[in-house]
Amino acid sequence: MSDTKNVLIVGVGGQGVITASEILSEVAMLEGYDVKKSEIHGMSQRGGSVSSHIRFNKEKVYSPTAPEGTIDFLMSFEKLEGLRWIDHLRQDAVAVINDYRWDPLPVSSGQVEYTPEVEKKIKERRKAIIYKASDVASKLGNIRATNIVLVGTLAKLLPFKKETWIEVIKNRVPPKTIELNIKAFEEGFKQEF
Amino acid sequence: MEKPKKKILTGNEAIARGAYEYGIEVAAGYPGTPSSEILENVVLYKDHVYCQWSPNEKVAFETATGAAFSGRRSMVTMKHVGLNVAADPFFTVAYSGIEGAFVIISADDPGMHSSQNEQDNRNYAKFAKIPMLEPSDSQEAKDFMGEAIKISEEFDTPVMLRVTTRTCHSKSIVTLNDTRPENKKEFPPRQSQKYVMIPAHAKKRRLIMKERLEKLSKYSEESKLNVEEINDKEIGIITNGISYQYIKEVFPKASVLKLGMTNPLPMQKIRKFTETVKKCYVVEELDPFMEEQIKSAGIKVIGKEVIPEIGELNPEIIYKSITGKDFGYTNTVAELKLPTRPPALCPGCPHRGVYVVLKKLKARVSGDIGCYTLGVLPPLSSLDWQVCMGAGVSMTLGIEKGWDENVAEKLVGVIGDSTFIHSGITGLIDMVYNKGTSTIIIMDNRITAMTGRQEHPATGKTLMGEETHELNLVELVKAVGIKNVEVVDPLDLPELEKILKTEMARREPSVVITRRKCVLIDKELKRIPLEVDPEKCTGCKLCLAVGCLALSFEDKKTKVDPMLCTGCMVCARQCNFGAFKQNGTYLEFKKQK
Ligand SMILES: Cc1ncc(C[n+]2csc(CCOP(=O)(O)OP(=O)(O)O)c2C)c(N)n1
Repeated sequence: MSDTKNVLIVGVGGQGVITASEILSEVAMLEGYDVKKSEIHGMSQRGGSVSSHIRFNKEKVYSPTAPEGTIDFLMSFEKLEGLRWIDHLRQDAVAVINDYRWDPLPVSSGQVEYTPEVEKKIKERRKAIIYKASDVASKLGNIRATNIVLVGTLAKLLPFKKETWIEVIKNRVPPKTIELNIKAFEEGFKQEF
Repeated sequence: MEKPKKKILTGNEAIARGAYEYGIEVAAGYPGTPSSEILENVVLYKDHVYCQWSPNEKVAFETATGAAFSGRRSMVTMKHVGLNVAADPFFTVAYSGIEGAFVIISADDPGMHSSQNEQDNRNYAKFAKIPMLEPSDSQEAKDFMGEAIKISEEFDTPVMLRVTTRTCHSKSIVTLNDTRPENKKEFPPRQSQKYVMIPAHAKKRRLIMKERLEKLSKYSEESKLNVEEINDKEIGIITNGISYQYIKEVFPKASVLKLGMTNPLPMQKIRKFTETVKKCYVVEELDPFMEEQIKSAGIKVIGKEVIPEIGELNPEIIYKSITGKDFGYTNTVAELKLPTRPPALCPGCPHRGVYVVLKKLKARVSGDIGCYTLGVLPPLSSLDWQVCMGAGVSMTLGIEKGWDENVAEKLVGVIGDSTFIHSGITGLIDMVYNKGTSTIIIMDNRITAMTGRQEHPATGKTLMGEETHELNLVELVKAVGIKNVEVVDPLDLPELEKILKTEMARREPSVVITRRKCVLIDKELKRIPLEVDPEKCTGCKLCLAVGCLALSFEDKKTKVDPMLCTGCMVCARQCNFGAFKQNGTYLEFKKQK
């Protein structure tokens, strides 16, 4: 198999998974890598499970999706989703997970319980950084910047220049929110492992 | 020289770019996943390309046909099931051929990510005897638009560009050109023998089609769209579309025959390739489309004996199917039985109100396709029947006619505004004509929500952003002969319930239009979130039964997420204990018995 690097970004519809994966693939392209990205989202606009694969390599990348069990980095915007996808990581791979709970419909409608001890179950399986990225974003003034906080943390793990990330973020987010998002990125980048 | 511009594009964006670069002049379509973003990106070039949403795929197809018959380069876009709707003109345009290029884009959905079936539309190309191209990434999606236009004009035929969800929605790097050709054609003279398909003309065209297909076979043999990559001769793989990328991923050393033109197949090239390699597989998603043809030409290959014919393929499935080995993935999470996360109606969605009332009335519901189909999932669990666009209305009549008044009184058909215009209106005409008495609810959220919020004839806006006549649904429904028409806000539950009770009991056909903007387009919505007073909440969970993602249940009490709640009140109206507050004020609703 090729030495293509595989990133999986997951979350709930409306959390900004797609924006985060667009940023990452743009950064990889600007750094001279071949990139492919693929995502599947639920039918409706909100609340379904969303996942996006991003693959990059100095050589050619073929498949837009990575084979199961070959993910090098997982980033999850919601902890239950982080657990749902954790087995897709290589044994030595790292997960960046938002310590945030968003009840799926079967839970919010009182049919089943939210899984207890999600963090513990994740850590039993793989190396993971689990922190309250949504609180970080809220403190900066807007919880919607959560995805960029997490992107900041992921950026630390990936082989791209910090300036490239910042350049792409500036071009991606609404002009009025550039400052907030750059701060969000920096906060995420500061996270300790 | 300037460096060529590179951009990372989805397959859909690349098709739109191709439309621009290779000179498409008229583009029409009807939204449908995974095709919708094609026209949404063609709009970027609206100074060069006229584009429109049509009421349905048949109309879109015929609009593009008119343009192609009269010498304009045209294209039509739709999801796979859309071609069922457009199948009538599709088959006959294949007889006529074209003056200006005609590219038919069929976006299939193997794995049914957001479709009701996974029909393999490659069969349509063979069925209609027209050439078909299948790109495997975004660069090819753009390039193949150019090829399709060229083949269309060279061979006087419509061409199908068949893509799948993976190619439509994946992104990869594309080199852009700025070389849009000019069309110097003049408005053509009358050619009835070719463009008026009466039997006498069609019989002649049928013979020409046969010749055309033979010429296309030769073309397919020589075309650079069908490429041989000879490597290790132990194993050879014949493949198409996205499967090519998967194969290069897991069998980098295999010899591959990559077919970009899959109708007609280059059978001699295929035969030669199979003779070059020791063991030859055909790897294709869905039907054994190529495999059956190859085998019936007497060529020995292995296909669906090992490769699944159901669902999407991916690198690991192909690898496992051929080698029996995997990548060491073990699923340890399955045993935890995590709650699933199905898609759900958005908080504040107007459709929710309708289902809450229908559930209360114990209605039996003939449904249709759109966001409102999510009403089938628990806890709303309110749909009985659904098959395809438009059927929500026509099935209602069939059920009523097969049974008696007791059934008719409980029977309701539900259909979205876009879907009603697409194909519900004919069912309604039938209902009046054949003396049905049921109630049809048009869930009018002022947009085509499900597929990403496209305009339609009743929104008063075109795809190109122009103001236009806004189709008046009330007048339309009255004009077909419905006497009982009511318009109601679906979040006004007591009023909606009153109206539905009256109309369902009435032994005359009625239409109830539940009108409120989709929350995702409602700019005036104030979004004042509700709160629950834990002192007053008894934990009875009645509010949770409305199935809203803004609610959760913690420490035996309902909690509202202020980020998600829009203040629509549907949950609060279920509360018998007055536990909900808005802006600090308790909400008291009269008990609705
Ligand atoms: C023949 C066909 N064309 C297109 C689609 C894709 N599609 C599914 S639902 C839908 C329209 C939904 O709009 P509307 O009826 O207004 O309901 P809403 O989603 O807004 O509630 C479309 C275009 C389809 N399933 N079948």
